[in-house]
Amino acid sequence: MRGRLFRRMFGSAMTGLTYAAAVLAILPLAVIFAMLLVKGAGSINWDFFVKSAVPFGEPGGGFAHAIVGTLIMVSLACAFGLPIGVGTGVFLAEFGGGRLGFTVRFVADVLNGVPSIVISIFAWTWLVKPTGHFSALAGGAALAMILVPIVARTTEEMVRLVPNSLREAALALGYQRWRATLQVVVRTALSGIVTGCLVAIARVAGETAPLLFTALGNEFFSTRLNGPMAALPLQVWRYALGPYDEWHREAWAGALVLITLVLALSLIARAVVRAKRQHA
Amino acid sequence: MTAPPPARPAASNAQAAPATVPRLATDALTAWYGSTSGVRDVTLACRENTVTALIGPSGCGKSTLLRSLNRMHELVAGARVTGRVLLDGYDIYDAAINPVQVRRRIGMVFQRPTPFPTMSIAENVAAGLAVGKQVSGADRDGIIERALRRAALWDEVKDRLHDSPLNLSGGQQQRLCVARTVAPEPEVILLDEPTASLDPAGAAHIEELVQELKREFTVVIVTHNLQQAARVSDVTAFFYLGELIEVGPTSRMFTAPEKAQTEAYITGRFG
Repeated sequence: MRGRLFRRMFGSAMTGLTYAAAVLAILPLAVIFAMLLVKGAGSINWDFFVKSAVPFGEPGGGFAHAIVGTLIMVSLACAFGLPIGVGTGVFLAEFGGGRLGFTVRFVADVLNGVPSIVISIFAWTWLVKPTGHFSALAGGAALAMILVPIVARTTEEMVRLVPNSLREAALALGYQRWRATLQVVVRTALSGIVTGCLVAIARVAGETAPLLFTALGNEFFSTRLNGPMAALPLQVWRYALGPYDEWHREAWAGALVLITLVLALSLIARAVVRAKRQHA
Repeated sequence: MTAPPPARPAASNAQAAPATVPRLATDALTAWYGSTSGVRDVTLACRENTVTALIGPSGCGKSTLLRSLNRMHELVAGARVTGRVLLDGYDIYDAAINPVQVRRRIGMVFQRPTPFPTMSIAENVAAGLAVGKQVSGADRDGIIERALRRAALWDEVKDRLHDSPLNLSGGQQQRLCVARTVAPEPEVILLDEPTASLDPAGAAHIEELVQELKREFTVVIVTHNLQQAARVSDVTAFFYLGELIEVGPTSRMFTAPEKAQTEAYITGRFG
């Protein structure tokens, strides 16, 4: 009798511990979000989204230049990075058995671990110093350098998940290798690839270090790709370190917008997966 | 130097092609995996509109042989073939031949049903058409219907041609794969243990199908089910440890086999 009771209690205690671990993992996100809501929601207004920065200390103004800047540079990063990343992922999954595949995979894994400040300095050396000015293009390129290895690895994993029998069935129908790969294999893996891309984009949207030496940031609204451009994380950083209360309030609001953007992208990614599962 | 085979001969029910040149034949065919051979020195002939069954215990090389017949074997790294495989007398392994073209004339149905999950039922059936000559929209629908009728699946799916094939049962999915294989009108159909993953009812459907298919195509079927081989085939070839032991009309093979090994396998003494 006593043995059984002890066993059950021990089992429940262990289960309880795993639940506690899960709660502890979720807690930081919940706390961060709650804190940002409390501190930042008050400063979110229409002006925040449509007005750019105003002279120091003056009330009003907003983050429009930073939001637009982030959108532009993330789009540039996608334009440069997604084709290369997805293409590399497909290569690794379909043809990556040999020496070259091993090398590419290794390099991608290393790049995934390179600190973003190093990427920033690298981009500065090759894209900013030679041209003589900071630019949104350089910022987009730096973000792309972070995007490519992430997307390559997730794409590879998703394409690998497609069973070999499908590949063989397509080839047995008389499909050429490229057609079998694109129209059957990649098409089957597509929703997984899209999910991977969305998660990578969410990550890249919040990166600050790569933009420090490339886009620099800009106090004025600008869409010039060849000049410095504002970005949400950069602006949050600048304003948070500034001396004005008004700036601090706006920094909280900016941080809230940033985390909401990341959350929205992640939710969309989940929705894509769920839609695919229902369809299937 | 053999020339590439001509375009498909016209109407296959013409008596004009007498039984001198078998539809599909092998000549001293050996299939290699690196330096070991999966199946050695096979010389076999399949006449038009017949069903040839390849039987033998696991690992005897029958699937390897089958995959050599439509140049799927060479897709494995390190795999190659020596000897010849003759489609209407022309060697499909000739250096001038594109293997992709061969696979459009020799179709294959695999052990597990493999419908393409991102395509609808109709799109699956038409999947093989995309790589052949262009067909117009109306023709395409006609071809899809004909293929599904030949696969005895039309009545069951005609109202849901645009649905996902993943809602079909295993047997229906396998029949869909058969429809997909016959739609582009190949000349030979290879079946690699097509009923292995099906329930008895589904398997029975496929066996009826094989009898129907032989009227228009030449069929080669690999099966580990001896009763199935006896039921559906006209010619049976017995393999053991990579060698062709005996080949002959099915009725004779199952009642009066010549080799002792054949008799031992058929009576269930091993395998």
